[in-house]
This record gives sequence, C-alpha cells and structure tokens, in this order.
Amino acid sequence: MLSLRILRNTLLSVVILGLFLPFVPLLIWSFGQGWYFPQVMPQHWTLAHWVAIASTSSRVGEGLLNSLIIALITTGLSLLVGLPAGRALGLMEFPGKTGLKLFLLTPIIVSPLATLMGIQFILIRLGLNGTLLGVILVHLMPTIPYMTLVLASVFANFDIGFEIQARSLGASSVQAFVQVTLPLIAPGVFVGALFAFLISWNEFLLTFFIGGGQIFTLPMMLFTLLQGGNNGLVAAVAITSLIPGLAFLIVTSRSLEDDAALGGLGNV
Amino acid sequence: MHRILKSSPPFPPEQGRRAWQAWIYPYLLLLPAVSVITLLFGGGLAIALLQSVGLLGVLGHGHFTLSAYQHALTHPEFWQSLGVSLYIAVLATGLSVIASIGLALLLRSAGRWANLACQITLPIPHLVGVVGILLLLTPSGWIARVLAAVGWIQSDQDFPLLVNDGANLGVLIHFLWKEIPFITLILLAVLRGIGTTYETQARVLGASPWQCFWTVTLPLMKPGILSASLIVFGFVFGSFEVPFLLGPTFPRTLPVLVYRAFTDADLNQRTEAIALGLILSFLSTLIIMAYLWLTADSRKGQTHTTAPAKTASRPNNAHPHHA
Repeated sequence: MLSLRILRNTLLSVVILGLFLPFVPLLIWSFGQGWYFPQVMPQHWTLAHWVAIASTSSRVGEGLLNSLIIALITTGLSLLVGLPAGRALGLMEFPGKTGLKLFLLTPIIVSPLATLMGIQFILIRLGLNGTLLGVILVHLMPTIPYMTLVLASVFANFDIGFEIQARSLGASSVQAFVQVTLPLIAPGVFVGALFAFLISWNEFLLTFFIGGGQIFTLPMMLFTLLQGGNNGLVAAVAITSLIPGLAFLIVTSRSLEDDAALGGLGNV
Repeated sequence: MHRILKSSPPFPPEQGRRAWQAWIYPYLLLLPAVSVITLLFGGGLAIALLQSVGLLGVLGHGHFTLSAYQHALTHPEFWQSLGVSLYIAVLATGLSVIASIGLALLLRSAGRWANLACQITLPIPHLVGVVGILLLLTPSGWIARVLAAVGWIQSDQDFPLLVNDGANLGVLIHFLWKEIPFITLILLAVLRGIGTTYETQARVLGASPWQCFWTVTLPLMKPGILSASLIVFGFVFGSFEVPFLLGPTFPRTLPVLVYRAFTDADLNQRTEAIALGLILSFLSTLIIMAYLWLTADSRKGQTHTTAPAKTASRPNNAHPHHA
C-alpha cells in the first residue's frame, strides 16, 4: 500500500509540475531584460515591462476595464436567462426536453465562425458592431449553454419541498425563491457564474469579430502583442490577464466541490 | 454545507394551477434562453446562409448562386485543412480523455491541495496558455535553455521543433494542458456522485483492481466521459487562435482558413469565407449528431446504472435523474 501511495504521489507531482511549467518562463520574462539564448536566467532584472503596462499609453488599463465590464454583464445576463431555463430542465419533465436541452448547447459544440459573420452583417446595420453591447450580446452565445447546463443539474439536486413549504407558510413565489431557494442553490450558482465569467473573460474570437477593432479587451491585446515579439511585455500582459480568473477561482473554489453543479457538464 | 434529502417529486409548487398553465410553464421558463440562442445563433446562421448563396451580399449581387461553395470546396487547401482539423480534434480529445480518467482516479483519494493544483489551468485564458507554451517550447525557449545549460544540446538547432511544427505538436500540447484539468474536474464530480459502494462490493466479491476498474468504475463513468468529450471535441474542432498561433503555416485548420479568407483584402473572398464557415458548422453538427446517435444507449444508460447508487450512497448526487 505504501508503494502505491508513493507511485500515486509521484504521478500527481509530475502532472502538477507539467501544468505549472508554462508559467515559469512567463514569470521570468515579465521581469527579465536582455535575456538571450542560452542563458537560463536573464542577466538583469527589471520592472520596465510592468511600468510600461501601467502607463496609460499601453491601453492595458482600458483592456482590463473592458474585459471586466463585458464579463460581469455577460455573467449577470446569462444568470438571468439561465436560472429559469435551468429550473425547467432540472425540475420538470415535459415533451421535447432532450431536444431543447441539446438546442441550447449548440453554440458551444458547433463552430461559431459562420454565425459570427452573419451576426456581424446585422450588427453593422444596427450600428452595434464595434460596441460593448454588441460584444456582450455575442458573448451570451457560449455563456448561456454552460450556465444552463450547470444550473439544470443544480436544480435537479434541489429539493423543491423547501420551496413548497415556504409557499404554504405564506411566502410569495418571489419571496420563496429569493429567501429559500437562492441561498440553497448558491454554491451551484457560483459555479455557473464562474464558468460564464471565465468564458467571457477568455473569449478572443467573438470579441475580435464583433468588436471590429474598437473594443479592446485583454485577449485582443495579447493577440496583437504576440505578433509584435516583445516577449517581456507579452508576458507581463499575460500575467495581468490571469489575475481576475485566478481570484475568481480561489473565491469559488469551495463551490467547485459542489458535485451537483459540475456533474451537469458530465451530463449532456 | 446543506445536505438536502431528495424526497418530493420534481413538480413546481404551482400545483393548483389549471392544467394548460402547468403544461406551458416549463416552456415559458425556457423561453428567454431559447429565444436568445435562436435569435443570435440561429439568426446569425440564417443570415450567413443567405450571404453565402449571394441573396444577401457583401457586394450585393442579389441573385442566387452556389459559386461560393464551389470555390470553398475546390480551395486547394480545403481537404487537407479538414484532415488537420479532424486530426487535432480527435487526438486532443482522445488523449485528454484518457489522461483525465487516470488523473481523476488518482485525485479521488488525494488531498484538497492536489485537487486545487490540478485545476490551475482551468481559469487560464487560451491566449495566455499559448504565450506560456511558446516561451517554454520554442527552440530558444526555456526548456531548450535548460537543456543547453546541462549540456544535452549544443545550440538551439539541436532542439526538436515543438511549436509551429508539421505534426501540430504544439497545438496538441496546449489542448492537453488546458483540457485535461477541465475533463478531470467533471469526472471527479461524476466519481463522487457514483460513490464507492459498487467498487467496494466488487472488490469484496473478489474482483482484482483492474477488473473492478474495467467492469465497474469505467462503465459508471461512461456518461460523464462521453459528455465531456463531446464538449471538448466541439470546442477544439472550432478553435481558431490556438492553431493559428501554435500550428504550422501549412496546412492550416479549417477555422484558420475561414479567418484568412474573411480578412483577405479581396472582398470576393468574403462569401467564400462564409461558405467555408458554414461547411465547418455543418461538419461539426454532422459529427456531433453521429456521436450522439452512436452513444445514445450509453448516455441513456446512466438512468439505470446510477439510480440505485443514488439511494445507496449519497442523497446529493452528481447525476440528476433524466428520463
């Protein structure tokens, strides 16, 4: 048994090491100066890249703010749409349920490229191409499916009896939902929100097509910088764009142990 | 932590309502989500379709033509691109799934910190992963420097080409790095939902660890595995930025081909890009339908396989029941 445990821990250490490895050069580059092959460590350390991205001319602040606004509004909207949908799919049986569930998943399993070109055509004519609103709208395409899937599973594991009891004790349906149901499903809702936030935060392609070069988010910035070749600056921006996601993950990490929420993704 | 006992049937509290109201209720709840997806995804697709056949034009011809599809299908790179896209998606999905099954089983008995560490790439944007992998694996990257320092290689020429290479190794490494933690997280939730009752029973009855895994654990995990691989396959097949930045310049994946045609200075290329994009959507739909059809039994099987476990192990189960 002891040797099995050692084997397990060795394997896990190798996996974890592999997962963390790409962050090593990222961190070093963001503080390094004049780092040429074959030096393992840079000759000089510098804060220049961080100073550069902190200056207003770098537009990192703008990118950060745009990304945050888009991700938060997208998350809020998909919650609003996902809660009722999740409730229907999780708690009720009705004809066409499987089909409707599958339909709601199409945006995350079918390539969105053609759709994006069609949407762009319309948004240009509506004057929404290159606006925050347009970008938020298309970000709903991948976030709603994840949100629905997670919340459907959360509701399926929610005992509706609590709500019935609240109602029979005189609570209105809104009261029962806000004061009884919502606190009980909160961990699952956090998981759904985490996924929606991260998807929107990480989204490049949709912003790229619909943002029309006007909406500058962090992924857009990274993509542009990557073609430039200033490794130090790229690394610093890359690390900056990790922070909110990691913070969100740590805040919700307890909720990630909510099997009901994540089980939803294993139940397409 | 609330542990909720599942006791009452899944009915909305509005039992007193008239029958047709109760009947229409779930559809009303689904209406906002379905409308948004129909309007955005369906609407976008419909307009793209009209554009692709020339009825709604970038250049505004206004008459029906299939020339865009003809151009798309006779594009010198099309079939190779399709091959590369399929190669990456199948290999990335297959390898990540196999690795994730192993990792989930290892993590099952490991501590909270190991679990958290294995989720590290989950919130990382794909583009950040691409940057990290480029700085790590290029011939002048960090691994090459370390190898040079210990004397394994003499110059960056000696380091194997791992990014922008013909076999798309860089792309595959990136997807494995990013998707293994994602699938593992799902499978862990599934495993916790299954509980250990069946496995313990199998072992008590004399099954070897391998028999137990092969005949008990794996079949119970199957629905979760199939669902997760569906999501990952769909994503990888349609992914643009990763093969664009980590893949070779030839042959390019289908999404990269679409992007190139769409951003071409020649506006005639645009309808071809849209046609290519639609072919891509059509192909992913086709593959997914085939997959759903082929796996229908296994995915439905969960109702039977996990139902007893639900009452036997824990009330708060990862698998909601689905009829």
